[in-house]
Amino acid sequence: MPGLTVNGVAIDDTFAEAFGMRATALVITGPNRKWARQAAITMTGFATSVIACGCEAAIDVELPESETPDGRPGCRVMLFAVSTDELQKQLLNRVGQCVLTSPGSACFAGLQGSAELKLGSALRYFGDGWQISKKLGGRHFWRIPVMDGEFLCEATTGLTKEAVGGGNFFVMAETSRKALAAAEAAVAAIGEVPGAIVPFPGGIARSGSKIGGKYKGMVASANEAYAPTLRGVVASALGPDINAVLEIVIDGETNDAVAAAMKAGIKAVTDLGPEKGAIRIGAGNYGGKLGKFIYSLKDMLP
Amino acid sequence: MTAMTFTLIANPPERLDLSPLIPEKLAGMGRREIEKIRLGMSKRASTVADIFRVSGNDAQNIVFNGGSGRFDQVAAELTGGSVRVAGDAGSQAGRNMRGGHLVIEGSAGPHAGSGMRGGRLEIMGDAGERLGGPLAGELAGMNGGMLIVRGRAGTFAADRMRRGLIAVLGGSGDHAGSRMIAGSLVIAGGTGAMPGYLMRRGSIFLDRAPENLSPSFVECGAPENAFAALLDRHLVAEGILKLPLLGKAPRRYGGDNAVLGMGEILFPR
Repeated sequence: MPGLTVNGVAIDDTFAEAFGMRATALVITGPNRKWARQAAITMTGFATSVIACGCEAAIDVELPESETPDGRPGCRVMLFAVSTDELQKQLLNRVGQCVLTSPGSACFAGLQGSAELKLGSALRYFGDGWQISKKLGGRHFWRIPVMDGEFLCEATTGLTKEAVGGGNFFVMAETSRKALAAAEAAVAAIGEVPGAIVPFPGGIARSGSKIGGKYKGMVASANEAYAPTLRGVVASALGPDINAVLEIVIDGETNDAVAAAMKAGIKAVTDLGPEKGAIRIGAGNYGGKLGKFIYSLKDMLP
Repeated sequence: MTAMTFTLIANPPERLDLSPLIPEKLAGMGRREIEKIRLGMSKRASTVADIFRVSGNDAQNIVFNGGSGRFDQVAAELTGGSVRVAGDAGSQAGRNMRGGHLVIEGSAGPHAGSGMRGGRLEIMGDAGERLGGPLAGELAGMNGGMLIVRGRAGTFAADRMRRGLIAVLGGSGDHAGSRMIAGSLVIAGGTGAMPGYLMRRGSIFLDRAPENLSPSFVECGAPENAFAALLDRHLVAEGILKLPLLGKAPRRYGGDNAVLGMGEILFPR
């Protein structure tokens, strides 16, 4: 199958297939970087896949003091879901349970989109009548009394319908260690791309799946074509030299953000080279019939 | 297109109602027509031509070259465009403004910005009493927009304010923020007796501890306050202040407990 190589890394002649999603973003700040990040990490926990988490979420970028509304260290967090209703539900549950509760936190809109999602305008009821509404410069904020002072929360945040979920590529290597090194390099590079997140643990998924399964009720199950231990017994996509495959799944604010993230990630893997990292890069798709967005690997090369 | 300019010929012999001279009402009018507009409030009935020399043709951009304490209701009911007064203004400047931009380079009389709902009113000099306040019989004062006084404001500034932002940078008289319903009042340069007198809700932000606070305000601690940082940055970004007003953890007093008691006065530690 491989015909194309970049820096000794074989590139499959295939493509990633991605889907339209609803997304929103928040800016979460805290009294210092540790606590801004803690609030962001907590609210994006258990948000790897819409299959069972309700949404996919992660930190997009960390923001310096000069770029946050209240002049404190912050993080821009993105959330992706399959419907506006589900996104709204996840947003309020997660901000209410994870950001409101985090010491010294504040929460602002991180996106201006085609529509608005409720944020502080729903969470304000926690104030039990003591909440204070403030409008400054066309933006609406709620101040909700909490035990360390006040939780400051913007009334709404934006929703985009242009978001894309499920951009991906596989890194295939001779050993688990090398596969992890390649995947980590890709995740670090994607971290620099604004508007794109990698929601899996540390940005990496080892259990890439196929749709459905032999058992009733399974939405997704093992992708045996890429499981090295089944190499000999199924119609495997893996050659004899590959013993570990890791998947990078990318959600982006726009089609362009996903493409930019895939390019950055693939470049990091090819730059690392086959000696230290992956010997082959592939991608996951469903034959191109289900997803609205197609990212051909040969178009994503550095 | 040059700004439509009304140059003052001589001191007005009577009080003037300048509310007809706003972009919305002047749009499409010829100069002759404009010169016939009645401004005088007494039986003398001065017209525009009696008081001003009119030049320019851009009605979206109006300039009063020269001012007077007899210029009442400058830019009243303004909805868009800009009005600049190179001089003083009388009472009710910017009354019921809904949008646009009004700058008074001198001082303004009582009730400046009264009933304002939107737009931006900036007074470079002092303002009279009841800044943004309601006229007799009205239930609420300022209801939106931004009102900046670079000089000093008289007594009862922000009386019955309901929404929006008032910033007074040269200190204020007694009873600032009296009977406030909601909204934000910023006062730098000190305030007189009893700020927040009978305020129900709303916020008064001071640059120093008030000297004479009503005993019906109660101490409410000084925790770190992200909103104070947000407000400070907003005031600096809008060009209202050069330095932060409140700091990271201002002191808070709640009141006025003689009424609802859900208002607040914040000032730096």
